[in-house]
Amino acid sequence: MASLKERFSFDQMKRNIVDSQVWRSMFRHGYEDTPRNRVLMVVDNLWLHLHPTKIRRHAIRIRFTWCMGGITFLLFLYLTVTGVILMFYYRPVGEYAYLDMKFLEFDAPFGMFMRNMHRWAAHAMVITVWLHMLRVFMTGSYKPPREFNWVIGVLLLTLTLLLSFTGYLLPWDQLSIWAVTVGTNMARATPLMGSEGPFAELMGVTPRFDARSALLGGTIVGPPTLLRFYVLHCIVIPLIASGLMMIHFWRIRKDGGISGPL
Amino acid sequence: MAKEDKVVGTAEDFPRTSWERVNDKIHVWPYLTRLEFMAAIIITILLTVWSITIDAPLEEPANPSVTPNPSKAPWYFLGLQEMLVYFDPWIAGVVMPVLIIVGLMAIPYIDVNPAGNGYYCFKERRFAILTFLFGFLVLWVLLVIEGTFLRGPGWNFFMPWEKWDPHKIVALTNVNFPYLFGFREYWAQAAFGLFSIALWYATIPAWYIWRRATLVNVGFTRYALKAFLFMTMMGMVAKMFLRIAFNVKYVLVLPWLNI
Repeated sequence: MASLKERFSFDQMKRNIVDSQVWRSMFRHGYEDTPRNRVLMVVDNLWLHLHPTKIRRHAIRIRFTWCMGGITFLLFLYLTVTGVILMFYYRPVGEYAYLDMKFLEFDAPFGMFMRNMHRWAAHAMVITVWLHMLRVFMTGSYKPPREFNWVIGVLLLTLTLLLSFTGYLLPWDQLSIWAVTVGTNMARATPLMGSEGPFAELMGVTPRFDARSALLGGTIVGPPTLLRFYVLHCIVIPLIASGLMMIHFWRIRKDGGISGPL
Repeated sequence: MAKEDKVVGTAEDFPRTSWERVNDKIHVWPYLTRLEFMAAIIITILLTVWSITIDAPLEEPANPSVTPNPSKAPWYFLGLQEMLVYFDPWIAGVVMPVLIIVGLMAIPYIDVNPAGNGYYCFKERRFAILTFLFGFLVLWVLLVIEGTFLRGPGWNFFMPWEKWDPHKIVALTNVNFPYLFGFREYWAQAAFGLFSIALWYATIPAWYIWRRATLVNVGFTRYALKAFLFMTMMGMVAKMFLRIAFNVKYVLVLPWLNI
């Protein structure tokens, strides 16, 4: 019979919890440092099972990967979380959008902090995606068998820029409306499909019905554009990007893991 | 690092053939996961400090009747906005972005050099690396910086120490490329413009076809695509040079489109 002191010691209480059926049903094993347990830590964990159980020694060197792909994904997760919180307060309506920005800034708890984090993480993600592409090019990691994963990466780069661009409009201030005006004005110069592009008269497109107006929902950047960009920003592009990210990560494993000298 | 991991043994335990070097593996837990954890913490701290100290911009409410001068696209598109100085919108705003995306996606299929797969090296793939770095650092990063800091009202060029004067007057002395060579008649100008562009796309590929080796190595389709993308990228540079040095407005003027 253990003494009172032993029975109520911290170690004993910890053992009681960790050995209980409830705890064991959630966490299958502890941090025991054995080769078997090291493997189990990865394969039994939903978040870690994207990894292989073993990895080439050179692959964990920072000067090889620059950590850029992982940091990009981390920033995407931060953008998802902060973005969902911002959606609680923001209405993509011409009359309300700017007022909701002011509400976020002055009234909502941590509203300005969430908005800052969302905006700066978005800018940072554009940069980390570029650096990730630069690293992958410099290590020749697009070469066979990884050609198609590079193609998916380029699509993800494009989607990152489009995500950032559609989000740029949502504050509905002078900065956003005119930046998007400048950006979308290009669409009316699309050959054949833009009202001011080459060969427009062959297709009979007009300023009201051409590539630009399809994007804007009208002839100027107005409330319909705000709604369109909101839906693209919060639903359409994130869904497509998430799907491509799954393929991107999965293919790293299927194409032989992280690149290394052949 | 080798001494920490008893499972794969130390470097001295194995003969160093290339196959074993590739299969020299360590456990993801803890060697990779601890690095990922550290990276996540560092990024989180940086992002938090950044978000506490600097507020995201919010200007006046959107007003379609008041156009700010200059009106700039988001910073990552300013390289493309800069191209509007040298090209019509259908090239700078539509054709070029499409070619950039398609060209990037085509890289693994036109660069068939097997060397440099999965490690840093320069000597084995000089042309690929120089081309990519030129496109990335000069045509993308440098133009973004230029568009952000050196383009002021009216998209005029200002040095960092110059005041952004909205009334700056810039003389419009641009002429078309065929005009420089003395062609005054409309269709003669069009013909010379077409000839110039055809010559641009033909000269360097012709030189390589004459050398044969490159063409034989990669095949005709690959070679044609590679030459087209490369000459288009360098064509942008050539047009920028002609504008800045000789005030050339268009190389080719046709009733339907100008280049």
